[in-house]
Amino acid sequence: MRATDRLMTPLWLTAAAVTTAGLIWGFFFTPPDRVQGATVKIIFVHVPSALVAINAWLMMLAASIIWLVRRHHVSALAARAAARTGYVMAALAILTGAIWGKPMWGTWWAWEPRLTSMLILFFTYAGYIALWRVCDDRTKAADLTAYLCIFGSIFALLSRYSVMFWSQGLHQGATLSLDSETHIHNVYYYPLLACMAGFVVLFIVVTLEATRAEIRRIQTERLLERGVAA
Amino acid sequence: MKPLLQREFRLALRARGRIVLPLTFYLAVTVMIPFGIGPDIEVHRLAAAGVLWAGALLAFLLPLQHLFQEDMDDGTIDRLAASALPLEVFAFGKIVSSWTVTGIPICLASLVVGNILNMPPGTGLATLLTLLAGTPALCSIGVLGAAITVGMAKGGILAAVIVIPFCVPTLIFGASAAGSIAAGEAAATSIAAVLAISLACIALIPFASAKVLRINLQ
Repeated sequence: MRATDRLMTPLWLTAAAVTTAGLIWGFFFTPPDRVQGATVKIIFVHVPSALVAINAWLMMLAASIIWLVRRHHVSALAARAAARTGYVMAALAILTGAIWGKPMWGTWWAWEPRLTSMLILFFTYAGYIALWRVCDDRTKAADLTAYLCIFGSIFALLSRYSVMFWSQGLHQGATLSLDSETHIHNVYYYPLLACMAGFVVLFIVVTLEATRAEIRRIQTERLLERGVAA
Repeated sequence: MKPLLQREFRLALRARGRIVLPLTFYLAVTVMIPFGIGPDIEVHRLAAAGVLWAGALLAFLLPLQHLFQEDMDDGTIDRLAASALPLEVFAFGKIVSSWTVTGIPICLASLVVGNILNMPPGTGLATLLTLLAGTPALCSIGVLGAAITVGMAKGGILAAVIVIPFCVPTLIFGASAAGSIAAGEAAATSIAAVLAISLACIALIPFASAKVLRINLQ
């Protein structure tokens, strides 16, 4: 708690500055694409939100395993806090994808591997969050959700490959990489990197903030109980 | 193990609702679909395999709330956890019994529903085989969901919400195997995949379920 006290303000400022700068750079200072026109600029929200949606789950998986092995309470709370952000980001990725898909692919939705996988991830988040909400006992809820996160990861991986088997993709292949020579033009690449960095910092700071709020809530409840007892 | 299975089957047979209700639900829900998609029998034929599979998924989700609830309320699970018999075996018995009691009748009923939905007999038989291969996976995933949510308010719907995304791979491979056979294409890959998922679920989910049951007992 005390370790993060001093971190919060600089982290919030960094997140706000990098995200805003990245988005402004992307929206106003890049040329329209030759084929896609101005719609290409949705990429600056779409890709970062999808990135956070997927990596939030990986972070939850790590935190869940840490909770199960080391019984470190903060890691359970961090997993819980990350889930909400991941859920919103998955929704955002699907929504921006739909808005982008309508002019480009001619449809809001396609049964296409990446869309379907993201939708499955969205439902998996929903189940995870619902389990946290319904279970009254905090330790029990932490244990159950940690296991759910592990089982969910296994099935999510399985779903990803079965969805690829099921339907062909409309998405272009991977055009983002740090080392490969074939990635999107630098005009889009650098602002996109800025947006991705901004979203990641934003995710970290929101998760930290939510975890801190949860710790405060537990402390308050303990104080209230003690007050009632006395 | 054997007495445990005997007990499960006896309970299932005495409370006939465990067999009849999911079966009736399955018939009702699959027969509802044509009302939703219109009377074109060509559309029925195309949709049939998917309808049968989705109906099976729903029928397995229906009894989840009660799967462990009674055993939890009357202390059976407490006793079992304290006994020498591992809870894993209990969970395995639950999968076996609930698949036998719910799954087999549903699979057999799919022949009738398939016929109503204008499926050629050969395709109906093929779909029955894919259902037999895939429903053990749906059933064990359901048992896992029930074990996670046992004793919780709104446990049934919560278990369903948690479990539905886990059923995607089984549904994809199961329905695609049925579709490939219907179209006369090679279906070996999909059938092998369904069987692999089912076998892995039967083998691993008892351990996962026992783990979460123990947490829920605390």
